[in-house]
Parts: sequence; C-alpha cells; structure tokens
Amino acid sequence: MAKRVLLIEDEPNIIEAISFILTRDGWTVHTHSDGETAADRVRQLPPDMIILDVMLPGRSGFDILRDLRADPQTETIPVMMLTARGQTKDRDMAMRLGASHFMTKPFSNAEVLEHVRSLVEG
Amino acid sequence: MPQRQLTGARIRSRRLDRQISQSDLAARVGISASYLNLIEHNRRRIGGKILNDIARELELEVAVLADGAERGLVEALRAAAASQAQAGAETDQSEDFAARFPGWSGLVVGQARRLAALEERVAAMSDRLTHDPHLDTALHEVLSVVTAIRSTASILVGSDGLDPDWQGRFHRNIHGDSRRLADASQALAAYLDAPKDEGGAAFSPVEELERFLDLNGYHVASLEGPEPMLTPRAIVDGAGGLSDGGRDRALAWLGQYRADALAVPLDLLAQAALDFDHDPAAIAEALEVPLVTVLRRLAALPVGGAHPEMGLAVCDGAGALLHLKPIEGFALPRTGPGCPLWPLYQALSRPGQPMRAVVTMPGASLPRLTCYAIAEAQGPVSFDTPPVYAATMLVVADAPVIPARPVGRTCRICPQPACTARREPSILPEPSPAPVSGP
Repeated sequence: MAKRVLLIEDEPNIIEAISFILTRDGWTVHTHSDGETAADRVRQLPPDMIILDVMLPGRSGFDILRDLRADPQTETIPVMMLTARGQTKDRDMAMRLGASHFMTKPFSNAEVLEHVRSLVEG
Repeated sequence: MPQRQLTGARIRSRRLDRQISQSDLAARVGISASYLNLIEHNRRRIGGKILNDIARELELEVAVLADGAERGLVEALRAAAASQAQAGAETDQSEDFAARFPGWSGLVVGQARRLAALEERVAAMSDRLTHDPHLDTALHEVLSVVTAIRSTASILVGSDGLDPDWQGRFHRNIHGDSRRLADASQALAAYLDAPKDEGGAAFSPVEELERFLDLNGYHVASLEGPEPMLTPRAIVDGAGGLSDGGRDRALAWLGQYRADALAVPLDLLAQAALDFDHDPAAIAEALEVPLVTVLRRLAALPVGGAHPEMGLAVCDGAGALLHLKPIEGFALPRTGPGCPLWPLYQALSRPGQPMRAVVTMPGASLPRLTCYAIAEAQGPVSFDTPPVYAATMLVVADAPVIPARPVGRTCRICPQPACTARREPSILPEPSPAPVSGP
C-alpha cells in the first residue's frame, strides 16, 4: 500500500508540482490549504508524513506543528516544514517545536523527494 | 596643544589684522607689552578681565577669542573620534589639529558625517528588512512564485513522455506564475526605491518630515489666519518627493499646525510672547489654551524679529523622536538613545506635570537654553486600553543667569564627569579648568 503524504500549502501551483512528483514516485498525496483546520485533517487521515508550509491562511505552520507534537495521536508523524523565510530564528523555532526537517523556498524537486523518502523510509 | 595656547595666537592674529601694535594694545588694556607678548606666544594663560578688555579692544566676542572660530570644528572632530573609538584618535589634541590643519579637519569631519549618514541608512534598511510586514509579504510572494516556477519547469524539463494534458497544464501554470512574478517584482522594486535627494535617501517617515520642514521652514504662513491660503493637503501635494509614510507624517504635522493656528492666532501669540517674555505657562493661561499648544506655536513663530530662536522636540513614550526642530546648542540623536537629563525625557515620568530647566551642552561657546516640557496622553482615554504618552519640549535660546543643568547629546561624546545618567564611558577628555587670569 502506498505511503500517504499530506501536503499543507496554500500556493496552488506549488501544490500541483509537488503532488505530481510525489505521485509519480509512488506516494499517495493528500492536500490541504487552510491553516485553521489543518490539524483536524491530520488527525482524520492520519498521514505517514506531512509537508507543512509556515505561512498559511488562518493559522501559522508553527502553531499547527505545536498542536501536532502535543497530541499523542500525531506526535510522531514526521513533519517537513517549508518556508520562504530562511532566517535562523525561523529554522530554530521549527526545530525547537519538533520539526523533522526544515526546507527554504525555492527548493528543488530532487530535494523534496530525497527528504520525503528519508523521513518515512529512514 | 591645549586651548589656552590657541587664545594667544588668536589675539596676535586679530591684532595684526587690525594693524594695532603690541605696545598700543598692551597700553589700552593696562598691561606691559612684554606680558602681552608672552600671552600672544601662548606662554601665559589668559582669562577674566584682561581677556574681556582685549576682546573689547579687538572688537571680538570673548567666546570667539577664547574658543576660536574652530570650536565647532573641534566639537565635530571629537564626535568623529567618538564614532571610531577603536582608532585611538588623540582627542586631547583635537584643538591643535583643527588649528593647524583646518582643511584636513574639515575633510575628517565631512567623511565622518557621511559615514554616519550611511550607517543610518544601513540601519534603517536592516530594520526595514527585518520588521516591515509589507516587505515580508512581498518577499514571500516572490519566493513562493519562484518556487512554483522552479518546481514546474523542472518537471517539464526532466520528464520525457509527459502526458500532453499535464504538459499543457504545467505550461499554463508557468505562464501564470511568470506574470505574477513580474508584478510582484515590480511592486517590490517600487517599494524599495526610496525617495532621494542630494543629502541621500530618507528612510523613515520621521526623517522625511524633518527634511520637508528643513526645506519649507517651520513657520507655514499659508496656514495662518482665519482663511488660510492653502490646505495641508495642497502643501503636501506641491512638495513632491515624499513616500506614502512621509506624506502621512507631513499631513499630520500640517493638520496639527492648522489646528494650533486656529486655537492661537499668530498676532495674539506674538504679542503674548512679548508681554510674558516667552513664558509658555503664562501665555497659555492668558490665552486659555493648553500648554502643549503654546509650546508648538512658539516654536513655529517666524524667524527673526523680537523673538529668540526656539527649537522643539517631540518624542513618544519610548523616547523615540517623532519631531525635531534643532537650534544652535540643541541637538538630540535622531536614532539611538539621547541624554536622559533633557526635560523632554524626564517629563515622560510625570505625565501632565510641566517641567522647566535651564540647560547647557558641553562647549564653552554654546548658548544656555531654557527648556519647557510636558508629557500628555495621546488620543481618547479608555478604561480598557493603557494610555499612550508623548512628550513635547520647547527650547528657548535665551536663559536667565541661574545655574544651568549640564546635558549632553549622547554619552559617547559627552565629556561630563561623574554623571549619574551615564550609560557608557565617553572617549572625550574631561572639560579643562577655567583659564587663570594674568597678573
């Protein structure tokens, strides 16, 4: 059975491109664009890993990550954070909250694939 | 070479310019020609009555003779040294340097000022990059679109035999994203393109307002009277070169000016200022207007006439300058912390309580200043939100002869010894003792 990735991102063309490359690589990709309801969507699925954008409408990726790490049902799911802000303090914040990896936009498709595989398959 | 030695050289130079013999000048001031010779060759200290008498005979202000025309240059050299303390400039020889090499001194001062201006620009740009939400959003938009384009283009290039439907879809996405990127880049470039003039770019709206007032003057005749010739908006529209933030600040300042002009008409103010010897409290009571209105109006009186020169400073509750009208002997740092001994900052600790003090900044030839300050809550007061305070200080270049409070601009270039308000050491030497009179 294909592993499930939940992509939480609000930029439609990034969603389409990442979904395409992951699907082609054999992953089942679910997408979600609203920060407010993202944590509920995670609990509903739950996915094998999450790609989470920091700047989302409704709620920031940092807040969502904090919720996920505080919930026993979701605390161990690998989370790769995406952000356009590559500042050290954002990276530190992500890692302190329990992110599994932090990736700065613009990234390459190869990087995304490599880290998704690494986080789920070890 | 210490200050006292330069005084003698100035006396000699002035005497020769006026073609007065040494013996003649000595006779006029009641000393021997040989003693005057020692003074002129900087081998005797001079001060008190003899200095006053010589200044009178040479038709010069005592301060000019004692401090020299290069006093401002010396102060500027010391400020330049303070900004580069690690260079180890011999600040105790600033006067000698200024006297012997005025051209080089001017160059040093000019370059230090240029450097300070550039540092201010860098600090403003850094602050803008870090904290400006508009810029943050704009950069996020650009980077998001670039990410989408890069990822999509990579799929198109690296996927042989891509389904035509997907291919068309990705082409359309790239086309749409490229247009978005063009718009976002243009908006970003326009936002970063700060207004410029010969003095360099002004980055904060407060700086823009200051520059606007420097160019247009602090007295706005076209806003005076019951039927003003112009509106604040017309003045700002005619000024040009202002960013949106700068326009807002200028409009707010001119709007306040117009409201103050209505509350205190110019002719009444000018007369009351003379009647009450420019005492703001007495003027406010006589005209039945708030004290802070009088402080602003006095600072906006036309230059010249029977009124002394008056400066103004307004700061917020954190001490950040919102407005500054400098005058000789009165300067506060536009950015960074100023000297907390100024009544402007002390008023913030006692809102509503008027404060008055006679102050003087370091430098023998700088004028003594009378400061009037008050801090007041801004905007409507509510039970649910804390009040926001701002302090306003009028600075009058005309002070009574009473002990003056020494104040500085900022600690690094303030030589006052044993100051309880000192935050960091000064690199300047302590003030030299008063010159001793000759026999």
